[in-house]
Amino acid sequence: MAVATELPSSNLLDARTQGALRRNQLLDKVFVAAGMVILLASLLTLAVLFVDLIRDGAGRFGWQFLTSFPSRHAERAGILSAWVGTCLVMLVTVAAAMPVAVAAAIYLEEYAPKNIFTAIIEINVSNLAGVPSIVYGLLALGLFVYKFNLGQSIVSAGLTLALLILPIVIVASREAIRAVPRSIREAAYALGATRWEVTAHHVLPYSTGGILTGLIIGLSRAIGETAPIITIGALAFIAFLPTPPVSGEFPYVNFTWLSDPFTVMPIQMFNWVSRPDPAFQVNAAAAGAILLAMTLLMNGVAIYVRYRFRKKINW
Amino acid sequence: MSVSVASLDISTLQQQLRWRRFRDRIVEACLLIAALVAVFTTIAIVVILVTESLPFFRHVSFVDFLTDTMWTPVFAEPRYGILPLVAGTLVTTMVALVLAVPCGTIVAIYLSEFAKPRVRETVKPLLELLSAVPTVVYGYFALLMVTPFLQKIIPGLPGFNMLSPGLVIGIMIIPYVASVSEDAMRAVPNYMREGSYAMGATRYQTAIRVVVPGAFSGIAAAYILGISRAVGETMIVAVAAGLQPNLTWDPTESAATITAFIVQVSLGDLPHGSIGYQSIFAAGLVLMLMTLIFNIGGFLLTRRFREVY
Repeated sequence: MAVATELPSSNLLDARTQGALRRNQLLDKVFVAAGMVILLASLLTLAVLFVDLIRDGAGRFGWQFLTSFPSRHAERAGILSAWVGTCLVMLVTVAAAMPVAVAAAIYLEEYAPKNIFTAIIEINVSNLAGVPSIVYGLLALGLFVYKFNLGQSIVSAGLTLALLILPIVIVASREAIRAVPRSIREAAYALGATRWEVTAHHVLPYSTGGILTGLIIGLSRAIGETAPIITIGALAFIAFLPTPPVSGEFPYVNFTWLSDPFTVMPIQMFNWVSRPDPAFQVNAAAAGAILLAMTLLMNGVAIYVRYRFRKKINW
Repeated sequence: MSVSVASLDISTLQQQLRWRRFRDRIVEACLLIAALVAVFTTIAIVVILVTESLPFFRHVSFVDFLTDTMWTPVFAEPRYGILPLVAGTLVTTMVALVLAVPCGTIVAIYLSEFAKPRVRETVKPLLELLSAVPTVVYGYFALLMVTPFLQKIIPGLPGFNMLSPGLVIGIMIIPYVASVSEDAMRAVPNYMREGSYAMGATRYQTAIRVVVPGAFSGIAAAYILGISRAVGETMIVAVAAGLQPNLTWDPTESAATITAFIVQVSLGDLPHGSIGYQSIFAAGLVLMLMTLIFNIGGFLLTRRFREVY
C-alpha cells in the first residue's frame, strides 16, 4: 500500500502545510503503535488467563482428578461424570447438527431459487446467530424438556447445543460450498449428471475441509456453553455415570444413555467457582484449564484442517 | 450407474433417468426441510417465550412489571419489577462496549490498513481464540483475577461488582467487533484509498476519513453484534457480578442481570408451571425484545448513514 513518505523540506510547501504534514505523519505512527499495543494486550490476556488457570489448578491435575466423582471434600473431588457427560452430549450434538447444517447449506447454495422464501430462510439463519445462548436454553426447557417430554437428559442437552451451533456450521458450510468453482459443476452437468449427483459426487468432496472446520469451530463453542444447559436443569452433583452406550452383550449398542441425567465440564466448573471455600476454587481452576485446553486444541485442529485442505486443492 | 453394453436400450435408459430424477426430487425435499429448521427454530423461540410467560402476566400486571423498582420473586411478598434486571444488563453492556468498541475498531483499522498481509493472516485467528474461551472460564477470570486487581486500584470495591465482568465481556467481544469491522473495511474498494493517497493523505487520514466512513454500515453491524453478545452474556455476570437484583447505574456495585437471574432460578428446583418457572420466560422475553430493539435501531441507523459507492 502506498505510504506518504517524508518530504524533503522545500519552499514548495509553506510552514503551515509542512507542520500539518508532520503532525499527520506522527499520528500515523501513534496509530500503528496503538493498534499493536491493543493486539498484544489482548493476546497477552489470553496467555495470562491460561497460565494462571494452570498455576492455580496445578495441585489437582492427575489421574485421581479425572477418575473421581464430585465430592464434598475438595481434594477428593474429580471430573469423571463431567467429562463423560460432555463427551456424550457432544456425540448427540454432532449427530444432530452435522446432517441438518450441511443439508441446509447445500439447499441454500445449490438448490434455492432466488425469491422471498429463500431470503426469509437466510435472514433466519443470520438472526439465529445473534440470539443469546440462554434463550436457546429457555426454548429447550419449554420444548424438549416439557413438550416433547425428553426430560433433563443428555438428548435434551445435545439437541439444544445442536440448535445453538446450527447457524455457525451452516454459514461455514455455505462458504466452503461456494468456494467450489462453477467449472467443476458445469463439467459434471455436461456429462448428464443430475443436480444431486453433481452435489454428492463433486461439490461435497471438495468442500469437506471447510465443512469440517466449521463443525469443529461450532463444537468448540458448544463444549464451553454453560447457560443453556443450566437452564434445562442439568445438575451439578452427579455421582454416577450414564449407562454405557457400548456393552459386551448383544445388541452391543444401546440408547438408554440418551435419557440419563448428566453433568458437563462447564457446569462442574461453575459449581466449584461459586463455592466460598477456596479449596474448591483450585478444582475450578484445574477443570477450567482442561476445558480451555480442549477448546484451544479444537480451534487449533480447525485451523490446521483448513490449512491442509487449502494446500491440497489446486483448482 | 455402470450399465452393461447389452442393456443399452432406450427403455432402460429412460427408466434409469426417471429414477434419478425422482431421487433428485426426494433429496431436494429433504434438503429443504433441513433449511427450514432455522425458520422453525425462530418460530419456536417466539411461541415458547410468549406462551410460557403469558400465565406470568396473568399474575403480575404489565404496568407493575415495567415500573416496579424491586425484583424479589422469592420473598414472602414477591415483587416483579424488571427494571433492576434491565439496569444491571445495561450497565454491564455499557462497560463492555466502552472497552470493546474503541479497542476493536483500532485493531480492525490497524489490521485492515496498516498491517502486512502475513501479520493479518496470523493475528486474526489468534485474536478469534479470545472469543472461543468458554464463558465460565472468563467468569473465573473476572472473579478471581480481575476483581482483586481492580480492588487495588479502586479501594472499597466489593468482591462482586459489575465493573469486572463488564470489562471481561469487553475483552471477549473485541474479536467480534474487530473481525467483522475489518471485513467491512477490506470491502472498501482500493481506488478510494488510491484517490486519497494521490491527494497526499497519510495512511491515518485515509483510514479515518475515507475507509471508516465507507465501511460504516459494516462497522455498525459489528457493534450491533457486540451489543447482542454483551446483552446476552450469562456466565461471566452470574459468576462475578453477584446475584442480587439492585437498581443502580453504578458499575462498582453488585447487581444481577436478566441472564444471571434466569441462571439463578434454573439452578434451584423448578416445578413446571410455578411462578418461578414462568418468570424466567418473562425475563427471557424481555431479553429477546432488548436484543431486537438494538438490532432494529442499528439497522435504521446504518441505513441513515450509509455511504453508497
